[in-house]
Amino acid sequence: MLRFPIYMDNHATTPVDPRVLELMLPYFTDRFGNAASRNHSYGWQAEEAVDVARKQVAELIGATAKEIVFTSGATESDNLAIKGAAHMYREKGNHLITVVTEHKAVIDTCKHLEKEGFDVTYLPVKRDGLVDLDRLRAAITDRTILISIMAANNEVGVLQPIAEIGKIARERGVLFHTDAVQAAGKVPFDVNASSVDMASLSAHKMYGPKGVGALYVRRRNPRVLLTPIIDGGGHERGMRSGTLNVPGIVGFGKAAAISREELATESARVTGLRNRLSEGLRRELDEIYINGSVEHRLPGNLNISFAYVEGESLLMGISDIAVSSGSACTSATLEPSYVLKALGTGDELAHSSIRFGLGRFNTEEEVDFVVEKVSAVVKRLREMSPLYELAKEHEEVKMRG
Amino acid sequence: MSYSEKVIDHYNNPRNVGSLAKDDTAVGTGLVGAPECGDVMKLQVRVNPETGVIDDAKFKTFGCGSAIASSSLATEWLKGKTLEQALEIKNVDIVQELSLPPVKIHCSVLAEDAIKAAIADYKRKQQDGQ
Repeated sequence: MLRFPIYMDNHATTPVDPRVLELMLPYFTDRFGNAASRNHSYGWQAEEAVDVARKQVAELIGATAKEIVFTSGATESDNLAIKGAAHMYREKGNHLITVVTEHKAVIDTCKHLEKEGFDVTYLPVKRDGLVDLDRLRAAITDRTILISIMAANNEVGVLQPIAEIGKIARERGVLFHTDAVQAAGKVPFDVNASSVDMASLSAHKMYGPKGVGALYVRRRNPRVLLTPIIDGGGHERGMRSGTLNVPGIVGFGKAAAISREELATESARVTGLRNRLSEGLRRELDEIYINGSVEHRLPGNLNISFAYVEGESLLMGISDIAVSSGSACTSATLEPSYVLKALGTGDELAHSSIRFGLGRFNTEEEVDFVVEKVSAVVKRLREMSPLYELAKEHEEVKMRG
Repeated sequence: MSYSEKVIDHYNNPRNVGSLAKDDTAVGTGLVGAPECGDVMKLQVRVNPETGVIDDAKFKTFGCGSAIASSSLATEWLKGKTLEQALEIKNVDIVQELSLPPVKIHCSVLAEDAIKAAIADYKRKQQDGQ
């Protein structure tokens, strides 16, 4: 039985896994204590639950529990990592390096620091969405204090070579932060194997609740210090004040544990679904183009441009499928996706793009429905498209020589 | 983005999709917009040489639902009008009829431009023919 609309927007958010929700619920009612209360069992109970979750989140990324700072989500984690490091190490240098395809939480944080007098290099990406390591090496100066490059892109699912980036950063004595929101729990991600000094994580992208995230902050080799962006009671080793969101953190921990245990089987299954979707669409339609590297890609991501069809009109025709578009019309700015632009996708194809994000709860039956529905709507809209007509006329002219 | 019922109706049941023979002297073709901006409209009218009345109109549109609806509505309105009457169709009429939100006003502007371009093309053909 299909349930509509079919959800294929798992990069935006994921549903809470029932196993996660079940574990969270008592922390809203019976076990409601403040984890910072030292004088009674309510507080101790909450603190114990947070300790367990902290260990679970740490284990997912190969860190130790003390290196996990809980936050309100990955936007806050990105802000804390970048502003916190910039302000702490300002005397050492004022230069940061990031990439044009980063999430706005990173880009806009860097823009903010530019106004404070920091210099930021925004590296371009290659046609496949990957950063050019030679350009990265060349961008590092003796004033560079931080490199922030995401592990996996939220639009095109491209995986950056973070182990190589980490190695370069380490060699040059520069801190390396990665926004690992889309990667953690989906592909193997280990802070030591990749020489990562800080990593942003979010619970709701891995079947946990919204409103809770974490920043991994390395404690040894090197020990990373951050200037807090929120002042207060000195929670989270002084890096992030504020009463802990205990139910959220409990859910995050469980979500991380499940993702770790099931990573191998789930990524294989989701990759299979993604390939089934991609092959199905290719069988039905000509002139469709996958945006970004196919090889270095998240299991659940398929970002695809349907030539001659505008993305928003396509979304309108497939309203029983929940996906997102890189088209201008879906945003208030009327600008197509800056990520696709950075990959060199022409504006025309950027307007024609759809992002499918498959996840834990998608099925083959859903994929088959989506293939059929999307193909039918694309064919109908192409019949309506003057660009398709022109392209076919050109073909005929060419054939006639 | 939520659409008005009329936009949804035009999107699901577009009126007058198709093409007229663009070399026909009785046919005027307007092609406006740019693919990189996400909207291209082709609008065609065929004018009865005896009466000067538009007896057929067709469109093809690459664009969002509002752009498709604007051009579909324009073809509906064009049929049976003289060229002078056709030129009186303004984008605000389309905005009103389809209840377009402010971010979609450019779709109605494009439809008005397409009407003007199609009629200009028809008039050019008549002059060239003489």
